Amino acid sequence: MVMERELYKLTAHKLIEKLNKEEITSQEVLNSLKNRVEDIDGKVKAYVRLSGSPFLNRTPKTEHQKSILAGIPISIKDNICTEGLNTECCSKILEGFKPPYDATVIKKLKEAGAAILEVKTNMDEFAFGSSTENSFFGSTHNPWDLECVPGGSSGGSAAAVAAEEAIFALGSDTGGSIRQPAAFCGVVGLKPTYGRVSRYGLIAFASSLDQIGPITKDVKDCAILMNVISGHDPCDSTSANIEVPDYTKSLHNDIKGIKIGIPKEYFIAGLDSEVKTIAEEAIDKLKDLGAAYKQVSLPHTEYAVPVYYIIATAEAGSNLARFDGVQYGFRAQGTGHRAQGLIDMYKATRGEGFGEEAKRRIILGTFVLSHGYYDAYYIRALKVRTLIKQDFDEIFKECDCIVTPTSPTPAFKIGEKAADPLKMYLSDIYTISANLSGIPAISIPCGFTRKGLPIGLQILAKPFDEEMLFRVAYAYEHNTLWHKMKPKL
Amino acid sequence: MQYEVVIGLEVHVQLKTKTKAFCGCSTEFGKEPNSQACPVCLGFPGSLPVLNKVALDYALRVALALNCQVQEYTKFDRKNYFYPDLPKNYQISQYDLPLSRNGFLDIYIEGKAKHIDIRRVHLEEDAGKLIHRDEASLVDFNRTGIPLLEIVSEPQLNSSQEAYEYLTTLKNIIEYLDVSDCDMEKGSLRCDANISLKKRGVQELGTKTELKNMNSFKAVKDALEFEIERQTELLGEGEPIIQETRLWDEKEAQTVSMRTKEEAQDYRYFPEPDLTPFIISQDKIEEIKKAIPELPREKMLRFMRDYGLSEYDAKILSSSKKYAEYAEECMKASNNKNKKSIANWLIGPLASAASDHHCAVPDLKILPSELVKLVEMVDLEVVSNLAGKTVVLTEMINTGKDPETIIKEKNLIQISDTSALDNIVDEVIKENAKSVNNYKTGRGNALMFLVGQVMKKSQGKANPKVVQDILRRLLK
Repeated sequence: MVMERELYKLTAHKLIEKLNKEEITSQEVLNSLKNRVEDIDGKVKAYVRLSGSPFLNRTPKTEHQKSILAGIPISIKDNICTEGLNTECCSKILEGFKPPYDATVIKKLKEAGAAILEVKTNMDEFAFGSSTENSFFGSTHNPWDLECVPGGSSGGSAAAVAAEEAIFALGSDTGGSIRQPAAFCGVVGLKPTYGRVSRYGLIAFASSLDQIGPITKDVKDCAILMNVISGHDPCDSTSANIEVPDYTKSLHNDIKGIKIGIPKEYFIAGLDSEVKTIAEEAIDKLKDLGAAYKQVSLPHTEYAVPVYYIIATAEAGSNLARFDGVQYGFRAQGTGHRAQGLIDMYKATRGEGFGEEAKRRIILGTFVLSHGYYDAYYIRALKVRTLIKQDFDEIFKECDCIVTPTSPTPAFKIGEKAADPLKMYLSDIYTISANLSGIPAISIPCGFTRKGLPIGLQILAKPFDEEMLFRVAYAYEHNTLWHKMKPKL
Repeated sequence: MQYEVVIGLEVHVQLKTKTKAFCGCSTEFGKEPNSQACPVCLGFPGSLPVLNKVALDYALRVALALNCQVQEYTKFDRKNYFYPDLPKNYQISQYDLPLSRNGFLDIYIEGKAKHIDIRRVHLEEDAGKLIHRDEASLVDFNRTGIPLLEIVSEPQLNSSQEAYEYLTTLKNIIEYLDVSDCDMEKGSLRCDANISLKKRGVQELGTKTELKNMNSFKAVKDALEFEIERQTELLGEGEPIIQETRLWDEKEAQTVSMRTKEEAQDYRYFPEPDLTPFIISQDKIEEIKKAIPELPREKMLRFMRDYGLSEYDAKILSSSKKYAEYAEECMKASNNKNKKSIANWLIGPLASAASDHHCAVPDLKILPSELVKLVEMVDLEVVSNLAGKTVVLTEMINTGKDPETIIKEKNLIQISDTSALDNIVDEVIKENAKSVNNYKTGRGNALMFLVGQVMKKSQGKANPKVVQDILRRLLK
């Protein structure tokens, strides 16, 4: 019997079971989680605008009591629109922005009965970053070592799940923003195939790369959440009209005969030796469980980071143009009157409203699309993007999935890379290719460094084959105990 | 003139779809400002565009009617620039893969055909409308996101008259396709012009200026004429033409510099990632082709062929689709082989009545069969031409009654029976001895005066031709 005050420790699927058996009530779950957040978020800082905000927007409607997620609280990244709730992308420029509508994923969650927490999770401003240090609200701390970053940009969601101050959460992933923080925090994070989950209501960073996905305590919760949020959305032209399978059916602890590709380009200089050893042990474990594996090559891997920083910034620069102080969000004081001029208002608002990294990316994005540079940068990047995608197509002709470390290093210290953007960008070197090629990828806990920091294993599969990710991830999780380890806070 | 004028026109046409290009908002004109806007057309964070399929169909209809090659693979691009009427600070447009290219339009100057190539026809979204008041500038987002078609001609127009003719012909075609109101006053049709001069016989084009802010076809013509004169003068004095955008100032009747090439924006076009590229199938093209009605020029030629009309009459009757369709119904309702008199009625009294009522001829709601009846009764001299065109037609418009009833009720049947008229003519001769004498001494006018007196006495019912015959006979 779990004490009410410890319900926060449970996974969503355990809570669903207990709620269905009427052993507990959703109010008890909420109270437990609320107490937990109050106890420990002062250390972790996974949530933003915590003081002064009610914890829950509204208690779930009774007609939803039989729905799959009835009464289960879920934490939402600050860049996913929630009707009437602050959604600010942790940027000053969106200060006070309360969207008049719900993102499609939020609508789906509400229909499934989930309780959307009113407080949102921290992130790098506009998802620009790999450490959650670029948040207007300050850094989130890694629950395993409070001096370390939780990863990013969905660092708030990952840290909240790891610190057991979220039952599960939504993040968004443009270059690794779900998987890398999941790896740094020792939780499960999935970036779905591009088009699997609607982007409607996700405040865009790079529209051709962004996907919303789950961050959870275990693989089963991840599958349950994917069942709810996936599917075609007529409001998103890039969402795929492809039937969504029941992902929980892939959780059957059998990977005999599955062919795994190990890309040699991912196990080279720059990869931390501890991470390398731990990832190799994980691969051995999969082999023990009956999977076959072979070394494969993704020859264009080295171009992924530069290509990504051209395409993603080009799109970001354009996507962020709308934040001009005219309609919503922040407007620099004393501007906006005709006397001072429109251009002055734009300049002052954007100058004061965006953080350093956002400005850096807007300038970079503006540059790569400028007359005279467009062909040399943007067009070339698109071509290489195609080559990177073809690399994967080739491998998936002979492999069912690819396994790699999620990030080349464990979580680093807060401030360690903040002054060196290039070093920071390399933190996503293993995750970016999945966004460029649109394929799904999951990160699951696969061990700890000697200092006790979690390491993530990344599994990638062909487009719309999330079932393969769940199958391999579940088998691994079922036969290991990493996901049971919790940080001491 | 020693210079040859080179003009290219860029026409924007608002498509009259029920909803906007990328969201479900209404496109109705003249509604309360900002009452037709949603997160998508307001560019709210997180919102995404979804293409209105009807807008694409309409665009294809125009492209095909202008003989364009529809591109199998097409996509949207973002045109990036900051302006308060553009809530996303980029416009969804088409750049390197427009939906169609390489079309043409034939215009006719004094009966001579001229072939004008059309470079491209593409689809984009309209911007909002800025309203400038004394103290502030306001934005109305109702217009934001209305589907807009851009039609770009090659620089092959060589006079303001040709430009005017091109615009009229283009507008006429688009109206026939029923995809736009083409109303320049309401802004549903807008036109920018590029114009340059070059020495006769020289291949290379001169430096061009771009003209904006013309609010009518006449303004386009006037602005071009002003600019031709301005550029001619500059070149004559050996001064260079500066490549720039110039605004037409209607009040001052002149063009004024707005910005030079150096100040031109870099729009940083790139593929719109929120809309996937799409394929336009051959089946789709065939389907759209079938929906294209007979176009004005074809209709005019057919009217000449089928109804024996002059080019002048046929051109007027085919000047609008509704008018032409009504005219054709009237032609068909008549058993008479000669359709000329019906055409005359449509172009003459009906058109002027419509203009009095500030509507189009078909809106007068006269049934084609009844118009034909009236025309025949006039032709058969049952009712006088004058009474028919005035009293009867007016009554038909005002009361909706049929012409026979009106003629009967108003007792307008023309008296052509000589025996019935003889007495009246006798009386008139007796009462107007002076005029009779004038006539007899060879003053022709006197006869018409006497006819008028008979008409008066008969309350307009006498057939003036018959009266003339009787008078001539009696006064011989």
